[in-house]
Amino acid sequence: MAAEILAEGVCYRYSQAPDMALKDVDLRIRKGEFVAIIGPNGSGKSTLAKLFNGLFVPTKGKVTVDGLDTRDRDNVWKIRQKAGMVFQNPDNQIVATVVEEDVAFGPENLGVPPEEIRRRVDEALEIVELKDFAQKPPHLLSGGQKQRVAIAGIIAMRPDYIIMDEPTAMLDPVGRKEVINTVKRLNREEGKTIVLITHFMEEAVEADRVIVMSEGYVIMEGSPREIFSKVDKLKAIGLDIPQVTELAHRLRGRGLTIRNDVLTIDEMVECLCPLL
Amino acid sequence: MREITIGQYIPGNSVIHRLDPRTKILITFAFMVLLFVIDDFAGYAFPLIFILVASLLSRISIKYMVRGLRPLVIIILLTFVLNLFMIKGRVIYEIGPFSITYEGLYQGTFMVLRLVLLIVGTSLLTLTTSPITLTDGIESLLKPFSKVGVPAHELAMMMTIALRFIPTLMEETDKIMKAQMARGADFSSGNIVKRAQNMVPLLVPLFISAFRRADDLAMAMESRCYRGGENRTRMKTLKMTHEDIFAFVATGFLAAGCLASRFLW
Amino acid sequence: MPIIVKNLTHVYMPGTPFESVALRDVNWNVEDGEFWGLIGHTGSGKSTLIQHLNGLLKPTSGEVIIDGVNINERGVNLREIRQKVGLVFQYPEHQLFEETVEKDVAFGPKNLGLPEEEVTRRVREALELVGLKYDEIKDRSPFELSGGQMRRVAIAGVLAMKPKVLILDEPTVGLDPRGRDEILRQIVRLREKQNMTVILVSHSMEDIAKLVDKIAVMHKGRMVESGTPRQVFKNYKALASIGLDIPQVTHLMIKLKEKGKNVATDVLTVEEAEAEILRAARGKGHA
Repeated sequence: MAAEILAEGVCYRYSQAPDMALKDVDLRIRKGEFVAIIGPNGSGKSTLAKLFNGLFVPTKGKVTVDGLDTRDRDNVWKIRQKAGMVFQNPDNQIVATVVEEDVAFGPENLGVPPEEIRRRVDEALEIVELKDFAQKPPHLLSGGQKQRVAIAGIIAMRPDYIIMDEPTAMLDPVGRKEVINTVKRLNREEGKTIVLITHFMEEAVEADRVIVMSEGYVIMEGSPREIFSKVDKLKAIGLDIPQVTELAHRLRGRGLTIRNDVLTIDEMVECLCPLL
Repeated sequence: MREITIGQYIPGNSVIHRLDPRTKILITFAFMVLLFVIDDFAGYAFPLIFILVASLLSRISIKYMVRGLRPLVIIILLTFVLNLFMIKGRVIYEIGPFSITYEGLYQGTFMVLRLVLLIVGTSLLTLTTSPITLTDGIESLLKPFSKVGVPAHELAMMMTIALRFIPTLMEETDKIMKAQMARGADFSSGNIVKRAQNMVPLLVPLFISAFRRADDLAMAMESRCYRGGENRTRMKTLKMTHEDIFAFVATGFLAAGCLASRFLW
Repeated sequence: MPIIVKNLTHVYMPGTPFESVALRDVNWNVEDGEFWGLIGHTGSGKSTLIQHLNGLLKPTSGEVIIDGVNINERGVNLREIRQKVGLVFQYPEHQLFEETVEKDVAFGPKNLGLPEEEVTRRVREALELVGLKYDEIKDRSPFELSGGQMRRVAIAGVLAMKPKVLILDEPTVGLDPRGRDEILRQIVRLREKQNMTVILVSHSMEDIAKLVDKIAVMHKGRMVESGTPRQVFKNYKALASIGLDIPQVTHLMIKLKEKGKNVATDVLTVEEAEAEILRAARGKGHA
């Protein structure tokens, strides 16, 4: 059984929509990877996320999670346990009135025995660094904290894949950093496979692989360096580029010899020092 | 708003707080029934002592509980006045066509006492039990009836979600109200019809947002493998301890007293 | 129409266990026609501050003086103040309620009691100011528009009041880069056309740096910095200590300077950084 999420020739049309929201998407998410999916609004990236855990079923083509076909209704709960999902609005995915009870919600649905749920909840809250908040009502938490509660709720289900549908879009910069640091830790320390959908470039830079979507198609795929070196192409579809990457691109255009795959300030300093 | 203490939970760790919610719900229910068994003033001694002991144990001040009566003062007064004037008997005092009777005075006072005990008794339940625990208790008590079609789990889930989203929707109401006020809306003047009309710019966005949240939440619950109450386990299972047994025994004495006061004396 | 904020303090729920101080002794002068960026974390007091500028909140102590009038004095018509100081909340599309775009935008002007023709004229003007075509959009339901369009309709709803001061609380939050750039472009255009005073509340230094004349920084209820972006970014260490980033390019130049390179550090945009690096590189004979 293949340990991966596989999309083959996937098309998806919303009911009553005239056009396909996704067109012929072929993708492979390997276990252990950290993949970022970027693209402007309406590019199909959120639709794709919902196909990965069987919330949506492809109109054409197929999606499999560890070999389980999402079209088969018998697989649906197994798939959702394997591929957990975090959504955009932190308020609208917390069910319970106490943090730890919310984290317990998923395992409770899976029928996990009580002592085991307790263990998983404590562990999950530890991982997202919210142990001290276990007894708090969620509405008193900040956006970043609420989003981490949502992540803990997913971790407690012990999934292999965590799919995040713009988890930082509604957060302030502090909350965004909290969430991204948690995501990085989940990938590097807990070995979780991460699919992060975002339109913040500084988040995509952290991934192993970036997938760019536009108008329902996957148009680019590669390491962050490869992707962000294509400044003009990204700008043309309406995406941001880190300021230093854009600066490097412009300076190259003006005849300075600078690498075309600069991503961070420190790299840029290194490139510029010999020239100034 | 902050004056209303009925239904509010005061966190604590007293014996009363620790009791199983099912125990508290059942006892509160028994307490209410017993209040209606009593038919003379002397009988009230039992529930009065019961409440007194319970509130001392809960470490919630009686003053706080009595404050819970404030919003209901009108109902209490009305009960008193209606009984006072409506009951025929030996006349004590006459005001125009109305007459106050000895029986009316007796019955009025009797009813008010019953009402006050009823309110204080039930508020003791909500003051010492968090809404979520209360919901768990109700679910567990209703479970045997789910075979005959009582949707115990669904009701409890609905209550949990309602409790979870009350603060969120309150915040949202405040925000939309301010946004419309910034566009010159006025929520506080005019007659009733005008005021109701003025609420439209508030209620429409509020409903739309509630539906959007419901949609999001349903999807989030589904992706966390929620599929109703079947085969579901709970992290915290309710457990009765010797404290609960003690509480039931105490309630037994209360019942004995109340029944004795009615049928033996 | 200058705004003067004097020793403004605001305490939420005073005298209860939930008491919290949201603003402490804030002083702020906004002159006519200025373009301000108001920056700070969630909970820093930004939102509380702007809600004082149109009388939605009353100061616990201190004064808000608009056009020479203390707006919290008895007898001041707050509706008039709210007309002059337009406030666009976060996610303003969540306040839309009418069946058609036209009716929704007309809500404000109608509340002002303006005659029918004047209302229609203002609706048309406001929609066009946010880059929407009146004739195409007026009869559509606001709820079938795209997120970015809904937001622009909501902003038009405030513009139709013809405010002299426009305050926008994070107008770009939740939009993708294209939607964000579009809204920011409209705001700049609007300011040029209407000569309005604009206060833009934002989390993003990079957005604000290239737009505004002046920046005010809020932290824990106090206004800790205010001045031109160049002045404010000079204190980047102070900003970093409260967890606020400066634009990447500004940071880059500071780092180059620290390495002993002869570059100016007061750049705000990619274009300025490009020019400055080219100048320095040419001095060294490169490029």
